[in-house]
Amino acid sequence: MRPESMKIFDDLRGQNMVVLENAKQSGRKVVGMYCAYCPQELVLAAGAIPVSLCGTRDEPIADAEKVLPRNLCPLIKSSFGFAITGKCPYFYFSDFIVGETTCDGKKKMFELLKQYKPTHIMHLPQGADRPGALSWWKEELLLLKERLEEELGVTISDDNLREAVKLANSEQRAVKELHELNKLDPAPLSGLDLLTATFMKGFNVNKFEGITLVNRLIDEVKEVIERGGSPFRAGTPRILLTGCPVGIGSEKVIRLLEEGGGSVVCFESCSGYKTLAMLTDEDERRDPLEAIAERSLKIPCSCMTPNEGRLELLGRMIREYRVDGVVDLTWQACHTYNIEAELVRGYVRDNFDIPCLHLETDYSNSDLQQLKTRVTAFIELLDKRWT
Amino acid sequence: MGIDVGSITSKAVLMNGSAWQSVLRPTGYSPRQAGREVFDELLDKAGLARADIGYIIATGYGRTTLEFADKAMTEITCHAKGAHHLVPGADMVIDIGGQDSKVIFTDRQGNVADFSMNDKCAAGTGRFLQVMAAAMGADVSELAELARGEEPVQISNMCTVFAESEVISLLAEGVGRGRIIAGIHRSVAKRVTAMAERIGKGELIAFTGGVSKNEGVKEYLARELGREIVVAPESQLAGALGAALLAREKLLNAKVLHEKK
Repeated sequence: MRPESMKIFDDLRGQNMVVLENAKQSGRKVVGMYCAYCPQELVLAAGAIPVSLCGTRDEPIADAEKVLPRNLCPLIKSSFGFAITGKCPYFYFSDFIVGETTCDGKKKMFELLKQYKPTHIMHLPQGADRPGALSWWKEELLLLKERLEEELGVTISDDNLREAVKLANSEQRAVKELHELNKLDPAPLSGLDLLTATFMKGFNVNKFEGITLVNRLIDEVKEVIERGGSPFRAGTPRILLTGCPVGIGSEKVIRLLEEGGGSVVCFESCSGYKTLAMLTDEDERRDPLEAIAERSLKIPCSCMTPNEGRLELLGRMIREYRVDGVVDLTWQACHTYNIEAELVRGYVRDNFDIPCLHLETDYSNSDLQQLKTRVTAFIELLDKRWT
Repeated sequence: MGIDVGSITSKAVLMNGSAWQSVLRPTGYSPRQAGREVFDELLDKAGLARADIGYIIATGYGRTTLEFADKAMTEITCHAKGAHHLVPGADMVIDIGGQDSKVIFTDRQGNVADFSMNDKCAAGTGRFLQVMAAAMGADVSELAELARGEEPVQISNMCTVFAESEVISLLAEGVGRGRIIAGIHRSVAKRVTAMAERIGKGELIAFTGGVSKNEGVKEYLARELGREIVVAPESQLAGALGAALLAREKLLNAKVLHEKK
């Protein structure tokens, strides 16, 4: 039932490390990124390899807490812990790191990270709706471009940028198509598999190969659909997961939801659909840097105020994926998502007749039993099949 | 039959038609054994064997440890169902047990519509009361009586560990035990009220779980929420009762399906 090519995705992390090491040895440059606001197009245009850096596992948090305060979100602590302990091969191989001023915790953490690797911090506007926001952000992209040119010893032309935009767009289209296969009821892919396949896109050394792999998975899932296959029985409650980003190692809520009898059909988070729903304008007559800036500024992140785009996107996904319930996940001490949870709750309640569950947790297993009770009770409330 | 293995007590309820009987005993260190014991005890009491029981639902924190149960369901679903039976038409259920406190909103038919639950910390739970009682050399069952009519002292710390030190300091300052206990009751009520008001306001509120036996907490909950709180005599059994009701529903539905065929 599980698509064969999922096995390739399972092993991708290990394989990519070898490919990355080889690429490094042959003189390729590597740029590490943490966030969807970092325009990977610029890195691609510079002929370097953009990689996502590790930050979704619990293991290095204890080491991070020797430096960082404990009451910080696990994503920041994990990212920092991975970096300083040398346990993230992607960080290790990176020549240069790009950070952004998203939340306070991250922006200050990057100041500490500078001691370990050359780091450039992009300054985001506080919101996308002010008249100067786009020009500010474009200016920031220009600064990054100059810094990349200097650090990597290259020149980035507009044509390089246009080519990179096309490549990034085609990657986005492929992953979006995969994600949207789950609009089917019952969903052909489990939430865990969808996460695995989506998550790995950040770790692909060769974009073309990555896209080919996703397309292969799409074909295979389509065959599964033809045969009427799904890991879920008809009537399984369909759940939309929103909130803080989730990755491999921090998937405990998805696991609990699916073990408890639910089907996580889609992810609104920035590791999921949030950044897939928007392509960069490929119009040749336009300044490519501006087109890239325009696209990334539209990302509806909770660090922005206002952030109405998130609610609009949520509404669209609730309808298109025909979800039965919304789970809003906040990593402990993530103020922006934690506060926005109240808006999400109100929006879902007022516009859709479906329940919403807000969870606040971290990467550890210390609250697993409590979390399980909550998650299972939520599934019980959605699931009318059991009697 | 419904079996509720809580962190402090284990309960079993057997339904026969609309009549029901129950047993209750401390959980101790082994939830598995406690669940087995209340089960056997209730069978004994009813003069029945396992084969006579149509369906068993286990609930509570030890729900997954009972291999003889047909199904495990969360205490949230079960308390909503049980409270509805005890307080018909209740749209809000406050369940404060040994290690959890929960606020459940229902559709007035015993089905969960929304809920909120304390995080992994013990603030606002039975455990909080137990620790405080111990700090004052009292048993948790005497608390309500000791605090009757006393003016509550302000307890600032929600955290059980810090609140315990606060209580010890208050005792050292010579503040009366009754006033401190009243303050503790109010502190639990405030904590639970904050949790409740995040998701809504109920009209008919049922209070269940072990802590519902505490008159003091009940009174402060009513004050904080500005509403009457109903505590049924069997409120501590609400979880096990709900589980038994759900088990009966399961059997009745199966029967209907069978007759349709």
